Amino acid sequence: MKDFAYVSAPDVATAVRAITEPGAKFLGGGTNLVDLMRQNVERPDTVVDITRLPLDRVEELPDGRIRIGAMMRNSALAAHRLIRTRYPMLAQALLAGASGQLRNMATVGGNVLQRTRCPYFVDLAARCNKREPGSGCDAIGGFNRNAAIFGASESCVATHPSDMCVALAALDATIELESVRGVRRLPLVGFHALPGDAPQHETAIAADELITAIELPDLPVAARSRYRKVRDRASYAFALVSVAAALEVRDGVVTEARLALGGVASRPWRAHAAERALMGAPATEESFRRAADAELAGAVAQSQNAFKIELARRAVTATLRQLHLPGGAA
Amino acid sequence: MRVNVIVNGEAMTADDVWEGESLLYALRERLGLPGAKNACEQGECGSCTVYLDGIPVCACLVAIGQAEGRSVVTVEGLADGESLDEVQRAFVECGAVQCGFCTPGLIVQAHSLIASTSGVPEDAEIREALAGNLCRCTGYEKILDAVRLAAARKAAL
Amino acid sequence: MRYVGQPIDRLDGVAKTTGAARFSAEYPYPNLAYAALVHATIARGRITRIDTGTARKTPGVLAVITHGNAPEMKPAPKPNQFDMSTLAAATSVNYLNTDEVYWNGQPVAVVVAETLDVAREAAYLIEVEYAEYPAAVDFAAEEGNARPQKSTMLSEADGRKGDAEAALADAPFALDLRYTTAQVNHNAIEPHSTTAYWDGDHLILHEGSQNVAWVRDHLAIRFDLPKQNVRVISPFVGGAFGGKSFVWPGTVLTALAAKVTGRPVRMMLTREGVFRTVGGRTPSIQRVAIGAQLDGSMTALIHTSVCQVGRTGGWSEQVTSVSRHLYDAANIQVQQNLVGMDLLANTIMRAPGESIGSFALEATVDELAYELGLDPIELRARNEPARNPLDGKAFSHRLLMECFEEGAKEFGWAGRPQEPGSMRDGRWLIGMGVAAAYHPAWRFPANLTVRLSDDGTVLIRCGLHEMGMGSATAVSQIAADALCVPMAAVTVAYGDTALPDTTTAGASSQTASVTASLLAACAKLDRAVFTLARKTPGSPLRGLRRADVTARDGGLYNGSRGESYHDILRRAGRASVEARVGADTRLGEIADQVRSMSKFLLDRRRWVKAACGAQFCEVLVDSDTGETRISRWLGVFDVGRVVNAKTAASQLRGGIVMGIGLALTEETLVDPRNGRIVNASLSEYHVPVHADIPVIDVRYLDDPDPTMPLGVVGIGEVGVTGVAGAVANAVFHATGKRIRDLPITLDKLL
Repeated sequence: MKDFAYVSAPDVATAVRAITEPGAKFLGGGTNLVDLMRQNVERPDTVVDITRLPLDRVEELPDGRIRIGAMMRNSALAAHRLIRTRYPMLAQALLAGASGQLRNMATVGGNVLQRTRCPYFVDLAARCNKREPGSGCDAIGGFNRNAAIFGASESCVATHPSDMCVALAALDATIELESVRGVRRLPLVGFHALPGDAPQHETAIAADELITAIELPDLPVAARSRYRKVRDRASYAFALVSVAAALEVRDGVVTEARLALGGVASRPWRAHAAERALMGAPATEESFRRAADAELAGAVAQSQNAFKIELARRAVTATLRQLHLPGGAA
Repeated sequence: MRVNVIVNGEAMTADDVWEGESLLYALRERLGLPGAKNACEQGECGSCTVYLDGIPVCACLVAIGQAEGRSVVTVEGLADGESLDEVQRAFVECGAVQCGFCTPGLIVQAHSLIASTSGVPEDAEIREALAGNLCRCTGYEKILDAVRLAAARKAAL
Repeated sequence: MRYVGQPIDRLDGVAKTTGAARFSAEYPYPNLAYAALVHATIARGRITRIDTGTARKTPGVLAVITHGNAPEMKPAPKPNQFDMSTLAAATSVNYLNTDEVYWNGQPVAVVVAETLDVAREAAYLIEVEYAEYPAAVDFAAEEGNARPQKSTMLSEADGRKGDAEAALADAPFALDLRYTTAQVNHNAIEPHSTTAYWDGDHLILHEGSQNVAWVRDHLAIRFDLPKQNVRVISPFVGGAFGGKSFVWPGTVLTALAAKVTGRPVRMMLTREGVFRTVGGRTPSIQRVAIGAQLDGSMTALIHTSVCQVGRTGGWSEQVTSVSRHLYDAANIQVQQNLVGMDLLANTIMRAPGESIGSFALEATVDELAYELGLDPIELRARNEPARNPLDGKAFSHRLLMECFEEGAKEFGWAGRPQEPGSMRDGRWLIGMGVAAAYHPAWRFPANLTVRLSDDGTVLIRCGLHEMGMGSATAVSQIAADALCVPMAAVTVAYGDTALPDTTTAGASSQTASVTASLLAACAKLDRAVFTLARKTPGSPLRGLRRADVTARDGGLYNGSRGESYHDILRRAGRASVEARVGADTRLGEIADQVRSMSKFLLDRRRWVKAACGAQFCEVLVDSDTGETRISRWLGVFDVGRVVNAKTAASQLRGGIVMGIGLALTEETLVDPRNGRIVNASLSEYHVPVHADIPVIDVRYLDDPDPTMPLGVVGIGEVGVTGVAGAVANAVFHATGKRIRDLPITLDKLL
């Protein structure tokens, strides 16, 4: 690992000042960054340890919104009563990610900023436009079974690996960012970029910004929600496809729907087309499938991942069906 | 830097340590505690699981600078002298140990699961809690037996 | 017998649960240095430039070793069947003594530094340029270049009885199917690690190994030393499964690095390093064709395979061996084929050949049963041979149908509807499958000594290997019973070339091999002690014949007349008595090997010996997503006598889990464009996790094989055989889909 300078930040002001050093990186739980540093994909000159920042609480704001400190550990957030009861899809998504030990380490802010698990991204011998702009993409025409089906480009087909972000996208979460220049808020939907011809630009965060909090809107429909992750083993694997869904049905008709997909794009994929198709439709298997079709009409496969289009269709339909069944939110 | 960590209840110090070195490496190569195992260095196998301030983590992903001033408990710290912890005892009795390389990490993770559960955890809960600890020898089932046995004995205490 | 057969706790359990057990990377040395590898990034070619300038200048770096400055090493010896240690080299490459690259990942430089982080950072800073040669790295594309494999004394690559092709063409009913299986890797949880230091012209090595004598002999050759100058210490091995049988580059290069720096050196391979420098199980393409009468009796069985070997080495898997033994077909033809590839040498991995061969055979048998409308177990019963089908040799012991019968009863097999897709629980489709397990039994020469001391304790010195099987515990049980002493009085020293050479811990042979020598040594010791007692003045045993005396309670007695071993030795003024099996001279060793080889060949001419069993599996397949979960497992095995009920069950169970990985999740992805392994991590290579594995019920018939020492047949590998077949058959029963390509990932079921 490259020799780096280590700074431990006791407070946010120190952290955002320290990050202005050239080549500085924030270190949270380390579950992704340290791994990438060990593989020389990341080679920071300075590491700013932010694990001692006092940003590890969940607060209910007076207007009903929920504010989650960015240093909150994934396991603690998943276990939090407010999250389990008001946003079950988020608790489920967190628990579907990684392993117990990693959830104990990984922070909420770090989860948002996870890098792709495309195998060519972490192998320095491979060509990767994300790691080394302009070098090419070995995933195209290579092993791309788990590549994107939405929004990929000729320069990159990588997916975003987070489970948590899929739920956050469905919930219309907001990200709070702080730097020496001030504080700003961005919606999570749209925070992650599509690759285009510059896949190295992954999110809207500036190099000197720190994620300080995630805010969730007061969203009654989310109390009846579900996260479904389809993967290659029963636990501890990244999603082939995942679905975060919330559904409100009155008199057999869908009155509100939230839907996002994971494992399908370089961003958590908010399924607006499917949501539109669901609104006002009868809550039937047929409608659910049609909604999935509406979303997946825009999907494009790589050489090995055409199955993900069909899998996503089935996973969406099944998740909505299960959600609609009595007790289906569990 | 000089690193100060409380390891298994004892204040330990190591000099001239780079903060970026992993907690796992420091434990194994500097502090003479090779119980936590080095098997993937990516947080993918759980063999290096230790308690950091009471929470099980993968020591391979913790920079020693992050552990400064904190408390670490490794598998070496679970037994009380010659007297094994219930989890260790159950692993031996149930035949949950084979090559022994995943064992220390599993024991710490299982120890934590039992400590945070009242009574005996459900099978599905055990399987999910231990999903981050890969074992290639045992076939997993005896580990499940050991966790149930240790939990029952601890609950009866 | 007081101990043999009992579920006794393993002797190293406490050491392993408290962190006290020392593995090969855990021996402290003052002044220890750390080594890291640089891997080639092309499949085949020549190094044209290697820039180590920045690496060498990095503070803390002690040495950068490349082909440009490495001391000369002797090349690996040519393999010779009469000197087994010549088989120890995993590849024929003389590492860092050549500028040629033979596989993508081959070590091209070693960095030694004061800390691991510095060594790895410097390794990153080395720049290598290559001239690339054309390379064959795409297994699927190379199928047409496969050539028939040659048979050897240890491995039969072909065989025929009658004219199977003609019989197949004439059969009233015939299936002719193609199967493919992916490359998989051992992924023992302990990565390969070596700690080495030189004491003058003596080399001492801590190395997790399945064959310490091979490591010693091989390093002695490479470094041109008398073999007594090399000591290999390996008391604990963190899993191996075949991956630590041969000597891989990391071992040789750690010794080299220690030589260059004059320091003790430790090399702990990264997980990626293990993938790049330690071979895995070959992928395979198989054809299984069966012709049958309408009553199910087989008239033709054809099983052929194509596997790969690296151009610099690789194990030829006995993929078709199961088809030599399992079914009483009137005409049989088996043929294994190999294609040479510019890839890392493949190697043995738990049940090489039988694990993947049984998948293809057992899936075809199941398919035949469905096509004929027969219960798959009934079809097997109708084709169960009385003698070995290919050549008519006698089975030494075979309770295969008894395994099926007991398993069927316990598993509730008969109650299932045979129609595929007919069982369901909510969204889950349920299926049940069955398959035969089969693995040949082996036995090799093993040397050891047994020493009885005047305090009544027994020390067994034996270079056996403990990778988790519980070998030392089993040996203690056997010795305690043989000498009628308490187990607590027995100590086994193992895993060290300072001890007598035993055999490889491979081919499920170690326990049987050691047991034979142990029983012989205990008998010798018994005679020596009795003779001593009979001659000692004042001994109560004076004048008795051996037949009048029984060994019991740690002594020799005739009724109440007699005395303890302690008293016998004290009275005779002897501190200890020792018995030895095996030679300690080179000539004696060669004579032993020739003797044992001819005995082995004679024995094999007479008997077919094996462990076998019946694997029963229930799967759940998600009707929406194709996700497959194993919900129940039962394995019933005929493994001869079981020495330790606790460790044996775990060995079998662990084999089943590895088979489940082979069936459902595991695949090493080799990029067909450049031969590079793409998923060289435990994150992207999916071994089964706790949550994938259901309750696995393991039973065995515990019926000793009369031709094996103590009736023991190896159990380390049979558990993995038949598993993938049972899973595939259960998936068919659940879904109606035959998946003939491993692993059965969900995309194949959509």
